[in-house]
Amino acid sequence: MRVAVAKTYKLYVGGAFVRSESGRHDVVEGTNVPRGSRKDVRDAVKAARKAQAGWARKTAYNRGQVLYRAAEALEARAGELAAPADVGAAVDLLVHYAGWTDKLHAVLGTINPVAAPFLSLSTPEPTGVVAVLCGADDALAQVVGALAAPLAAGNAVVVALPERAPLAGLDLGEVLGVSDVPGGVVNLLSGRAAELVPALAAHRDVNAILDATNDPALAVDVDTLASESLKRVIRGDQSPLQRLEALTELRTVWHPIGA
Amino acid sequence: MSPTRTLPHVDRVGIQERVDALAKRSIKGDAKREGLLLAISMLDLTTLEGADTPGKVRQLAAKAVTPSPAYPEVPSCAAVCVYPTMVRAACDAVAGSGVHVASVATGFPAGQTPLATRLEEVRLAVADGADEIDMVISRDAYLSGDDARVSDEIEQIKEACGDAHLKVILETVELGSYDHIRHASMLAMDAGADFIKTSTGKAAEGATPGVILVMLEAIRDYAQRTGRVVGMKPAGGVSTSKAALGVLVLVKETLGDAWLTPDLLRIGASSVLNDLLLQYAKTETGRYGRAEDFSKE
Amino acid sequence: MSETTTAPTTNGHAPAAAGAGRAPLRWEYSPAPESTGHVRLRERYGHFIGGEFVEPADGAYAPTVNPATEEPLAEVAQAGKADVARAVAAARAAQAGWAALPGLERGKYVFRIARLIQERARELAIVETLDGGKPIKESRDLDIPLAAAHFFYYAGWADKLSYALPGPGAITPRGVVGQVVPWNFPLLMAAWKLAPALATGNTAVLKPADTTPLTALLLAEILQEADLPPGVVNILPGDGRAGAALVRAEGIDKVAFTGSTAVGREIQAALAGKDIGLTLELGGKSANIVFEDAALDQAVEGIVQGIFFNQGHVCCAGSRLLVQESVAEQVVDRLWARMQTLRVGDPLDKNTDVGAINSAAQLARIGELVGAGVEEGAGLRQVACALPEKGFWFAPALFTEASPAHRISREEIFGPVLAITTFRTHAEAVEKANNSNYGLAAGIWTDKGSKAFEVAAQLQAGVVWQNTYNHFDPTAAFGGFKESGFGREGGAAGLRPYVRQEA
Repeated sequence: MRVAVAKTYKLYVGGAFVRSESGRHDVVEGTNVPRGSRKDVRDAVKAARKAQAGWARKTAYNRGQVLYRAAEALEARAGELAAPADVGAAVDLLVHYAGWTDKLHAVLGTINPVAAPFLSLSTPEPTGVVAVLCGADDALAQVVGALAAPLAAGNAVVVALPERAPLAGLDLGEVLGVSDVPGGVVNLLSGRAAELVPALAAHRDVNAILDATNDPALAVDVDTLASESLKRVIRGDQSPLQRLEALTELRTVWHPIGA
Repeated sequence: MSPTRTLPHVDRVGIQERVDALAKRSIKGDAKREGLLLAISMLDLTTLEGADTPGKVRQLAAKAVTPSPAYPEVPSCAAVCVYPTMVRAACDAVAGSGVHVASVATGFPAGQTPLATRLEEVRLAVADGADEIDMVISRDAYLSGDDARVSDEIEQIKEACGDAHLKVILETVELGSYDHIRHASMLAMDAGADFIKTSTGKAAEGATPGVILVMLEAIRDYAQRTGRVVGMKPAGGVSTSKAALGVLVLVKETLGDAWLTPDLLRIGASSVLNDLLLQYAKTETGRYGRAEDFSKE
Repeated sequence: MSETTTAPTTNGHAPAAAGAGRAPLRWEYSPAPESTGHVRLRERYGHFIGGEFVEPADGAYAPTVNPATEEPLAEVAQAGKADVARAVAAARAAQAGWAALPGLERGKYVFRIARLIQERARELAIVETLDGGKPIKESRDLDIPLAAAHFFYYAGWADKLSYALPGPGAITPRGVVGQVVPWNFPLLMAAWKLAPALATGNTAVLKPADTTPLTALLLAEILQEADLPPGVVNILPGDGRAGAALVRAEGIDKVAFTGSTAVGREIQAALAGKDIGLTLELGGKSANIVFEDAALDQAVEGIVQGIFFNQGHVCCAGSRLLVQESVAEQVVDRLWARMQTLRVGDPLDKNTDVGAINSAAQLARIGELVGAGVEEGAGLRQVACALPEKGFWFAPALFTEASPAHRISREEIFGPVLAITTFRTHAEAVEKANNSNYGLAAGIWTDKGSKAFEVAAQLQAGVVWQNTYNHFDPTAAFGGFKESGFGREGGAAGLRPYVRQEA
């Protein structure tokens, strides 16, 4: 009889698999799971910031290909990370967002017919580092749907994974690690919402928060902390385009027309 | 107040496309073998460290004179390039071989010392036997728009060189744009440079293909305008055989084969020599080599 | 400045002793042929109908030939009316099911095609070069990657159509589309046609050009690998008669054609009175405008790219150079010098810049027009280079004194021949550029942004490149004004011709 090798779950920060700097763990879904601390949040935000400019500088086509490759890698592990239907839905969300990267400008951007001899254009730019807050029992597809939107728009993300169902999300790090996603563009933290969320919401170098927790009490705390640095906060059931728009900043540029 | 500078127009995206197109040239067979030997013959083998000593310089010089005893057909490098205090040791070590001794001078690499001391440094290096001087332009003058001072200093330094031949380092990464690199190239050539050189090798970036192409176009246009031919030296960042062959391609397709000579083209480098030797050995033996196949110094 | 033939003088520096300084030499590139051993072509290819390769209805095959060597590459079925009818029927049978798929699922098929093209990229590039004569570095670095990118881009629209085509009315595909593509970018043009059609729920019958069917047939194999439902795409090689039959066939809901303006007119006439959507991407005589304040060396590169890229077999080629008189001599001198470094020859050599002319017929057409230019006194200069004995070749050429009235300034040559005319002011440049029945593209070279945008706003051209030329992207709409055609390919605009939208 063959003895199986047990898996150690780790956080995914800066493209590497690390233990929580606090050394703590929780037992969740019958196994040890890192209990992310505010210092892990600090490290993750730092990694995200470092990686974000390079991710935004890639061509939209390239970002789309990376997300599609993540879809390919995830599809290959259907049934392993989570139930096949859940994985299938997650893959489809990645494919959907892979197709958004090079279409966002056509849909959100404009050429503005200003009443003066200027070419004026407005283009959507990524907002920067986005904190994604998951609901405590969210399935893999919900986690993926929440983080794919900011990614498609050129942001880097730090994800507070579902407190009571973090394993699929942590495994997602392995999928992303093989998918040409540059280190630091996605950071995945397991742990207790009560510790991770305030740390993320108060961190001044986070530009926006995608709050998918569906927790009205938490919403007040998040919004209050967010107001300190005027973070953009998005919550609620939105369409992909609404999420994409909320996680981008429109920049308008004017240039004279005149020989 | 100096007159406002008029910058020439160089399109960065266009330069990058040309450079990318030329990077696709496939150099194989005889062209590769000849190119590798040509590149070796153009090296200014360089050591510019605080820790340099006569012993270190002697070893470098021996390597420059005979890069590989196992392959005697491999030519000597063009020059060794050292700090002024090492010139005498270098001259003794290369005596009789035809390898030149180039000295950096003028407060290399930053150049932030008074002109008088920079001129004296040049005279002393030449007196010790350097037959080439690699100077740095005054970036403080250039970046504050004082083209007249930049030129004037080059002219004075050229005079201090006497018979030694002057390479003018622009330190392209600090100049800000390709327009500036072309402008600074023209300034340097108008002021009497024998060679223009991209970089000190001590800054964040050295000789990228785009920078090299901009300077080659300036050299070509200057020769067209004045009839005087100035040489080119990329330095810093040419660390692989592929990069070195890439320099030859850029020069060939911008200036022509006639420029493929150490009299007009040098490459400032150190570690690339062994990669050139390894690649050369591979063309001869068909085997991928390892670092130990050649002496490091 | 012309290439130096005498050795330059150094500036007083003593020549080095033996060993350190070598005499200047000629450093020639050695042959660098792309290895083709791994490419396996079939001896003969049938039509691709209903997901299978089938024999042609009347048994006709014809060889497709490598224009660089005149050697046959494979025998290819030639479509007649019966084949066309069979293909249209297969497309019709598959259409409802294809359109009924949720957009995301349809998109996933198209993503698969993109990925498979990427996997087989090297093979496709080699075959494209063998079949059509273009340099391997172009098929490898432009044609094939861009073809994959088009499928990738349109795949992502399949489930997002309401964002591309806003409006309350329902969006439905046209149905069965008939598509005829040319020989200058065979696989890429097939991608431009098929990708938006498939994403929007149409099924297609595609007729590749008679001299370049092979990459379309390899694409058929890729469609099989992608498990595309049978009949969704049908590929019918054949000549002009096959194309004529296809666009007039019963059961076609929309026609898309890329080719000559003359044939475009015929198609439009043939479809008169029928409610069949039509898009045409036709010829051009595009002006590349160089102002005195341009970055001149980069402008020269742009001129070269504009007319010698793909041997000038480009509908949007910058075949007229309009150069400001104050810098005309300088620009022409630099251009002429630059042209001497163009490497013309074996398309499979990685260092080749200019490949073979696609066919004997095309070579003859080029020759005829160039002859006219010589007679008109337009001042021909042609690069002197050794050309291979076999195959179809034309050395890059320019006419330095082309007047707007000359044939070579007005008619599309579709070869590596540039007609040069001067202008004095930007208003005159615009006037000359617009003085054509064509209106496909234009180039503007100036360092002054406001001038670039003003001139662009006045040009009757569907694509205006500022300080660049011949750049293509799936996200950027492409198409002509006036007799260069109508309809756009690329971008969200490229979806519109393939759908109907309720008012």
